Amino acid sequence: MGNDTGKTESTPQRGTHDEEFDRGTFEQVLDARRDDFDEGLDLSDLNTQPMFVNIGPTHPATHGTFRVYCKLDGETIEKAGIGVGYLHRGFEKIVETKPYPQVIPYTDRLNYCSSLTNNIAYCKAMERMLGLEVPERTKIIRVVIMEIQRIMDHMICVGTNIVDIGALTNFWYFFNARDHLNSVLEALTGARLTYSYSRIGGLAWDLPEGFRDNVRAALKKVPRAISDVRGLVVKNRIFQDRTRGVGAISTADAISYGWTGPCLRSTGCDLDLRKVAPYYHYDEFEFDVPVGANGDSYDRMLVRIAEMEESLKIVEQGIANIPDGPINVDDKRVMLPSKERVHTTMEGLINHFKVLIEGPKPPVGRIYDATETPNGELGFYIISNGSGQPYRIKVRPPCFYTMAALKYLIEGAMVADIVAVLGGLNVIAGELDR
Amino acid sequence: MGVNDPIAFSKNETGLVTTRMDEVVKWGRKNSLWPLPFGTACCAIEFMGVVASKFDISRFGAELVRFSPRQSDLLLVAGTINYKLAPILKRIYDQMCEPKYVISMGACACSGGFYDNYATVQGIDQIIPVDVFIPGCPPRPEGILDAVIKLQERIDREPAPRRGVERRHEITDRMVDPEK
Amino acid sequence: MSERQGGNTALLDAVRAKFSGTVETLDEYGDIVLVSPVATMHDLLAWLRNEQGFDLLLDIAGVDCLELDDAAERFELEYILYGVSSGRRVRVRVHIPETNLDVPTLTDLWQSANWAEREAYEMFGFHFVGHPCLTRLLTHHEFVGHPLRKDYPVMGGQWCSTSSDLTDELNEDQRGAPR
Repeated sequence: MGNDTGKTESTPQRGTHDEEFDRGTFEQVLDARRDDFDEGLDLSDLNTQPMFVNIGPTHPATHGTFRVYCKLDGETIEKAGIGVGYLHRGFEKIVETKPYPQVIPYTDRLNYCSSLTNNIAYCKAMERMLGLEVPERTKIIRVVIMEIQRIMDHMICVGTNIVDIGALTNFWYFFNARDHLNSVLEALTGARLTYSYSRIGGLAWDLPEGFRDNVRAALKKVPRAISDVRGLVVKNRIFQDRTRGVGAISTADAISYGWTGPCLRSTGCDLDLRKVAPYYHYDEFEFDVPVGANGDSYDRMLVRIAEMEESLKIVEQGIANIPDGPINVDDKRVMLPSKERVHTTMEGLINHFKVLIEGPKPPVGRIYDATETPNGELGFYIISNGSGQPYRIKVRPPCFYTMAALKYLIEGAMVADIVAVLGGLNVIAGELDR
Repeated sequence: MGVNDPIAFSKNETGLVTTRMDEVVKWGRKNSLWPLPFGTACCAIEFMGVVASKFDISRFGAELVRFSPRQSDLLLVAGTINYKLAPILKRIYDQMCEPKYVISMGACACSGGFYDNYATVQGIDQIIPVDVFIPGCPPRPEGILDAVIKLQERIDREPAPRRGVERRHEITDRMVDPEK
Repeated sequence: MSERQGGNTALLDAVRAKFSGTVETLDEYGDIVLVSPVATMHDLLAWLRNEQGFDLLLDIAGVDCLELDDAAERFELEYILYGVSSGRRVRVRVHIPETNLDVPTLTDLWQSANWAEREAYEMFGFHFVGHPCLTRLLTHHEFVGHPLRKDYPVMGGQWCSTSSDLTDELNEDQRGAPR
């Protein structure tokens, strides 16, 4: 049957190109088959060979760059090999050379669809290490912007997933609503995608005027977009056929693969760090955690859409209750002094210089801190050696572990199922490869 | 160029348009750039925003994104290129047919961005020739549209095509300098 | 908070009862860290998974302690575990000398260890004995060296001439997920 080592140069793509093929016998077999046609075809001795197809890294349906190398038997994937690392940018090596606050823009580019969440996750870990407690106002603002980012991330994920399945309109509906939310965040932070708004000990600056009203106006577009997409897609026969039962995984397997976040919740497990180990007063907000049943692509998508609606509730509650007060911790080791102090007093100048050039110096030790990002549990394992630069930062990326299960999910499925599964896992290459 | 009286033209009166061949060719090329978004990182999301209705790149004729190098003529490198992806970028560029143009979008593609380390290529112009660089991290959608306009102006400055197949550098070597 | 401390104390007592003498316990910022030698590491982790309910292996972090003061050995591996039903987190730290980088693999306990160990191998050089496919994951196949070691230069880029052949990953036999 030819060799299966996968070297396409020596594996003929057609059975008729094989050296041992005999045209005469083949035609005799075909003639016999034509006579048997009415009784049904017996294809068990048809001369076939496996085909090796490479999907990616440049491919419209792989969002981000990864490769899937498949051995196909017809349309069914017998074996698959996953190639990642095409966006490996050496995050963990380069942050060892920067002071702690300069790591914040690098964390932006991890999961770039929800950059603010990564910033806040890193700052939360650093604040715990330094023993700082941010003011109440900062906590609620952080919750509000993290939930807005959750809505935006899920919009991109579900939108592109549905595009891959073949329905383009929903992408525009979601992107339109997302652009309104993005304008609000642009007015707040000054940037469109990689915001870098959070700081160790607080936030970069306070909310602009009219933030509350802008958020409310932008949020009005979201339920309309969700209901439009629901109406178009969820009861559609083609959508159901392409996603129900596709890429199904059980809870035990998902936990063994290290899944967290909406992908794990779609299997039936209700693990959500916002409920289990609440931070920033999440236990005082009223919201539910949507849970699926089968862990297939259909459930993953619906869990994300339901999570968007829950995040809307949290943002409404948060926006109505932002307390007044300072936004930064009053700690000289970490925060830059006001410009007035820097320009008029010697202590202010030296303080400014030290914090900027050397960075805050946490005590010698190690910490692991995790946050519930739209993709799952994003953890930072930070080792400090007492200096202003981290000794080691290891990022625990949620989509690294969901992607690792892709081989398990697609082997035995058809080629067209790869895109349905891959879109639902929300693999962002920036976070996967770091 | 154009017809003075389009209605007369349609009524079978002879409407004759005279121009130079290279002008027509350049007009066609610059107003129908088909991008291949070689999107790797965050800049790809910004590019998706440009293609969306608010910023609308289809005003410039560049709406049809074609993910196959055989079908596109504008390679838009959006995102970081690391050493693992570099041979693939070169291969995609080689597979494109002439005339082809390259836009390098974002700080990472132009110069490696702030990832000056063992993993990242410090600028894609080390691998392939680039026509327009767009700075920014990520660049604003208006910046990308500005780059498309600059590319169109650059195509305008191309010399008249000679007989036979011309390699890219033979065209760019003879380009008209706007300063002179 | 006191409920968590109660849970922590119970775990610490159980660890001391079962692994007294070999496993050391630390408290870092409220989290429990168990320091184990390489020989008992697999048994400790299997016990934590099977008896104590830590069924989610969150991450495997490799560390090069070359520039840390008072480090026991050159390298370290940190396993971060989480129990889904109990909501508790525990870390297991293993010190690994430069002379012997063999570490038993955990792919027979958790499937998430598969890629995490591949990454630790390519970044630091650990050799996970029994891993089904221990090859480079994030760096390219022509890369020589282990980039996250402290003696590897930050700017040591290496060009790659061809795209890799994924036959090893294709033929990898991932064992059935353990229940």
